[in-house]
Amino acid sequence: MYEVKSNEMLAPNLHKIVVTAPRVAAVRKAGQFAIVRVEKGGERIPLTIGDADPLAGTITLFVQAVGATTRKLVAIPVGGHVRDIAGPLGVPTHIENWGRVACVGGGVGTAVLYPMAKALADAGNEVTTIIGGRSKPVIILADELSAFSQQTLITTEDGSLGRKGFVTAVLEDLLKDSKSSPMSVFAVGPVPMMRAVAELTRPYQVKTIVSLNPIMIDGTGMCGGCRVLIGGEVRFACVDGPEFDGHLVDFNNLADRLTTYREHECRIALKEKESREAA
Amino acid sequence: MRGDTLSVGERLAIKRVAMPELDPAQRSSNFKEVNLGLAEEQAVREAQRCLQCKSTPCIDGCPVQIDIPGFIGAIAERHFAKAVEILQRDNALPAVCGRVCPQEVQCESRCVLGRKDNPVAIGYLERFVADWALRHDLRLNSLTLPGSSGKNVAVIGCGPAGLTAAAELAVKGHSVKIFEALHDTGGVLRYGIPEFRLPKDIIDSEVSRLLNLGVEIECNVVVGKTITLGTLRDEFDAVFIGNGAGLPVMLGIPGENLKGVYSANEYLTRVNLMGAGQTPDCATPILRGRNVAVIGGGNTAMDCVRVARRLGAERAMLVYRRTESEMPARVEEVKHAKEEGIELLVLAAPLEVVGDDNGWTMGLTCQKMELGEPDASGRRRPIPITGETFYLEADVVINALGTQANPLLTATEPELSLNKWKNITADENGATSLPRVFAGGDIVRGGATVILAMGDGKKAAAAIHSMLNSE
Ligand SMILES: Cc1cc2nc3c(=O)[nH]c(=O)nc-3n(C[C@H](O)[C@H](O)[C@H](O)COP(=O)(O)OP(=O)(O)OC[C@H]3O[C@@H](n4cnc5c(N)ncnc54)[C@H](O)[C@@H]3O)c2cc1C
Ligand SMILES: Cc1cc2nc3c(=O)[nH]c(=O)nc-3n(C[C@H](O)[C@H](O)[C@H](O)COP(=O)(O)OP(=O)(O)OC[C@H]3O[C@@H](n4cnc5c(N)ncnc54)[C@H](O)[C@@H]3O)c2cc1C
Ligand code: SF4
Ligand code: SF4
Ligand code: FES
Repeated sequence: MYEVKSNEMLAPNLHKIVVTAPRVAAVRKAGQFAIVRVEKGGERIPLTIGDADPLAGTITLFVQAVGATTRKLVAIPVGGHVRDIAGPLGVPTHIENWGRVACVGGGVGTAVLYPMAKALADAGNEVTTIIGGRSKPVIILADELSAFSQQTLITTEDGSLGRKGFVTAVLEDLLKDSKSSPMSVFAVGPVPMMRAVAELTRPYQVKTIVSLNPIMIDGTGMCGGCRVLIGGEVRFACVDGPEFDGHLVDFNNLADRLTTYREHECRIALKEKESREAA
Repeated sequence: MRGDTLSVGERLAIKRVAMPELDPAQRSSNFKEVNLGLAEEQAVREAQRCLQCKSTPCIDGCPVQIDIPGFIGAIAERHFAKAVEILQRDNALPAVCGRVCPQEVQCESRCVLGRKDNPVAIGYLERFVADWALRHDLRLNSLTLPGSSGKNVAVIGCGPAGLTAAAELAVKGHSVKIFEALHDTGGVLRYGIPEFRLPKDIIDSEVSRLLNLGVEIECNVVVGKTITLGTLRDEFDAVFIGNGAGLPVMLGIPGENLKGVYSANEYLTRVNLMGAGQTPDCATPILRGRNVAVIGGGNTAMDCVRVARRLGAERAMLVYRRTESEMPARVEEVKHAKEEGIELLVLAAPLEVVGDDNGWTMGLTCQKMELGEPDASGRRRPIPITGETFYLEADVVINALGTQANPLLTATEPELSLNKWKNITADENGATSLPRVFAGGDIVRGGATVILAMGDGKKAAAAIHSMLNSE
């Protein structure tokens, strides 16, 4: 059992949860994730380790409540427990001093991006952070990211904060100008956003790393459920990734496989709604 | 009629017992255990068939060398507690082995009765004794733990190899800690073999026995990620690696990434470990499938296809490239599967999984095969019949081609020597190339059997004990 030390809401449905997991906290590196099971009989879901305090033996999770399991997780009060946490899993972000890098985050992807961006800044990179979302309330971690970013640029689809439009428009401006053009781009967010970033950087031949989010179970390479197509080859995101060269990823296949259990998810969501209404 | 007073003629006149089973129509929609176990009278009568051969050929067929005539003789005399004691000397998990050992190619294949008639039902009798012990809570009553040796041993993996090694070391007074990657114990016994062949409460009772022996089990520790083998070597006097062979072999054919294509590991883990499909609102989802095609012919394939049936498949089919007689699955499994209405499509190899416009699996194109000359394994090699293919409708396709060694742990330890299949090399005592590090089970042998994994755990435990004892 892993105790929840703090649980704060950063944006609607987005929580920052600090939980004890001393073994994971001691060795985790940026880019790695944990497999979390909230309760007995629950589902195993992957969540990025946003931050860690090895001394306190805690890790930080940024959780967007999108379905049954994540909703249960964000509802755990301080002092409550998460049943299982296994990690750190996956290959850590390859950190190097490229000089100038752009870190692009969308939605909860911004939380996944946070440890990567921080590690890149620590390694001496000049980091430009671009974060985007539908509207002002869902823009998260802007202050935290600004703390180490050269500049932090924000976009919203409705223009309620920062520039109106998508993150790709801002990135395109950077790419066009050789004085601001990044040597590497790191993009984490919904599949369509990562795809758009990869398509944008391709003609500029700027190395683009994306963090993929397929459905996972064990997270140890045992089941093959997380397989993705990279350069036409089958790879397991939990052990070979989750970060891959965005120019080689088959995003269509990833997006498609993510819909496998949509029917099940809808049914569970309906049940939850009924029981809420009955209560 | 006393067992020990029967003449050979009288013994030979007894017919081999038939295992009472759940009715196929009833069982193929639930996960209840299919084999019901022998009643006391049936077990005693079956035990009376044993001729108590002086040369004990049956024992040579058992990888852990159980005193088979000994425990069977005790059953014939109705000394069940004595039978338990004999069995426990050589087998830490008799309730498991009595259920899942491929007896027909091991102990029972050597039984002298098998030459003319059916061999003694050694497996059924083993299960009878183990279940009797569970019912009478008799396990271990004969064991008094020695004082602590002051030594500690780390065991990686909580499958049959790790469980056995842990038990053997604990009874010798060593303090033992098991590190398991998943959130629950048992390894393949829990996440692979379905409930209808091996009820989970049997694994639970084995595990609680270990805990009673003072063994500590820490789940959610992925050695190689959460901690390294190096750290374990520093913190413990010896390490036993029993992390199995959990890496699926992919099909490598077009359509493999369609929605509805599973590896056996994923399919079985969802259902057996996570309970998918067994209750209507289980958190873990699974695609049930109306027409399910399982590719392969081993125990794993058989388990998948029988699970698919229980999850409601109208057609549950096995696609195998040789014929039924070459199938590596246990004979009993094939029999049970057929009774449950499973279709065997033999001499067929998958060419392509065909999908619809939305990425869902629709069917499987197969190549027709014929048998040629025997290959290295002694089985006749399947060869494609040029130009002959057929199409099979299937909305779920499960790949049960087999597993390989998972490199997660071994990749972090370059000093540990591996063979060309990436299995850990170990000598007959389980000793690896690293001092104080032992290994056994599937990680050494590739996909093998429960009893072989246990035998390895036991041998390694003995070697570890004598190493620690001599210091
Ligand atoms: C390596 C990795 C790291 C991740 N890190 C984080 C993180 O730090 N914070 C966070 O909030 N989420 C993260 N995710 C996504 C998270 O695992 C899913 O949101 C979660 O599994 C959904 O479970 P659920 O039962 O709540 O929702 P479900 O009911 O299963 O799904 C609800 C909705 O989410 C979609 N969904 C399901 N699984 C995923 C997935 N793996 N990725 C994206 N969408 C999915 C479904 O299609 C559906 O639309 C990560 C995923 C991976 C693979
Ligand atoms: C579906 C199926 C059906 C089978 N049916 C039969 C049968 O009927 N009869 C028979 O005799 N055999 C059968 N087998 C084979 C048998 O189950 C295996 O040979 C046996 O389980 C091997 O035991 P093991 O202890 O070596 O490994 P496993 O049972 O695989 O256990 C290994 C354990 O180690 C854990 N682990 C892995 N990596 C790590 C790590 N890095 N750190 C910590 N823990 C780790 C795993 O999670 C697992 O719990 C079957 C196998 C399958 C898959
Ligand atoms: S352990 Fe297996 S091989 Fe040995 S006697 Fe029992 S059933 Fe036979
Ligand atoms: S070979 Fe058969 S008959 Fe002889 S002792 Fe063994 S089980 Fe009994
Ligand atoms: S999640 Fe099972 S192999 Fe990656």
